[in-house]
Amino acid sequence: MLLTQKKQLKPVLEALLMAANHPINVKEMRKLLSENGKTPDTQLLKEALTELIDECAERGIELVEVASGYRYQTRADYAPWLLKLWESKPPRYSKACLETLALIAYRQPITRSDMEQVRGISVATSTMRILEERGWIQIAGHKEVPGRPALYTTTDKFLDDFNIRSLDELPKIESSEEVTLKNPQLMLSTTDNETQSASKKNAQPNDDADLSNAEKE
Amino acid sequence: MNDNRQSPPTLALATEQPTTELPQDLYIPPNALRVFLETFEGPLDLLLYLIRQQNLDILSLPIAKITDQYIHYIDMMQELQIELAAEYLLMVAILAEIKSRMLLPRHEQDDEAEEDDPRAELVRRLIEYERIKNVAERLDAIPRTDRDIYTFESAYEGLRIVKPLPQVQLENLATAYRGALARVALYQQHKINREPLLIGDRINHVLKLLDSSHQIEFSHCFRAEEGEAGVVVAFLALLELLRAGMITVAQSSFWSPIYLRRR
Repeated sequence: MLLTQKKQLKPVLEALLMAANHPINVKEMRKLLSENGKTPDTQLLKEALTELIDECAERGIELVEVASGYRYQTRADYAPWLLKLWESKPPRYSKACLETLALIAYRQPITRSDMEQVRGISVATSTMRILEERGWIQIAGHKEVPGRPALYTTTDKFLDDFNIRSLDELPKIESSEEVTLKNPQLMLSTTDNETQSASKKNAQPNDDADLSNAEKE
Repeated sequence: MNDNRQSPPTLALATEQPTTELPQDLYIPPNALRVFLETFEGPLDLLLYLIRQQNLDILSLPIAKITDQYIHYIDMMQELQIELAAEYLLMVAILAEIKSRMLLPRHEQDDEAEEDDPRAELVRRLIEYERIKNVAERLDAIPRTDRDIYTFESAYEGLRIVKPLPQVQLENLATAYRGALARVALYQQHKINREPLLIGDRINHVLKLLDSSHQIEFSHCFRAEEGEAGVVVAFLALLELLRAGMITVAQSSFWSPIYLRRR
């Protein structure tokens, strides 16, 4: 029986998404719901999904779209109660770990030495292993320079686990100007009595341009 | 530990007085100081902290002051025998270099704008690090699975087919064993050994040798430990290949080496 009515489609989709152990995208849904080579209309599927999303409005669970598809999940607001279900607390990541992850997320693809350059300190192998084991980062290739260092990128699982569809949805990174405004000490100016510099060079370096490019990507 | 670093009173660094007085003035239990000092994520993090402590009315990076404070912190860390990464010490060298360059009189010709301010590169790195540090915190605040969000899983793993196993008693086992012994006695054993040297294998071997070299000597087609049989099998292989027209054989005179070549 090909599902041609939204009314028929919705409960099937709901059951499907609840039972699936991973997010399902529209393409997979069409394949799963096909009948004798015919597949439900994409537009209809999307409408059904939108209605299912709306119907969760007052529930403890929600239907969301993440990078690899749609999934039902508990709302983050209820985590304090759910945490009591588990024997062990979910892992907390060290600052080193989070900074490394942020560098990979915002500057990908990036080599380990580039990460160390920004952080000013070496990146521990254990840190990289934690992120790799979590399935958040991967080696996407090698930089064509002597030694061919590995280039790291984030994975779809990273997006899924952070509850977003694409890298665009990551929190915005501050511009150099914003950082400088918050920390006037970082502004280099002629009023400094330690220097006889006559130039009006500002703290914003000229690589600002490629930084903002990196954010757009 | 974050609280420590955001509330200046803990260490009260930002006074008109140089910060060198810090450890003497304030009583900080050594363990607490140690924990505090160990929270820094490298030299840039420590520098940023020191700069943040400068609640002075300045619009510049006071390199001399920062350098002194930085070195003071490094000393404290060494006193507490905190294992310092080499990068911390490298930063001392960078700061010292900037400081000395700031003291040098400047060339008036401003043709090389990039060399204007020795602090520029360090400030660029500090800003860059600060950006990542801040965004890392924001990244951590995003609700994520297995901490704030839980997804559902169904436990279906396919049907498990249970095959009932036959019941066996010790007595059956003994009976079976006796029966087997009785049957064995009825059979005479005759062992046939497989010929260890096969012409077919040897042909393949010779062909493989010819793949890797243009020409081989017949004596390379067998090994001494195979004895007479080895020589015979190798020679039979040679004859087979010759008959099939796959190789040519050459010998310049009696008893001289025989050479094989692929045709």
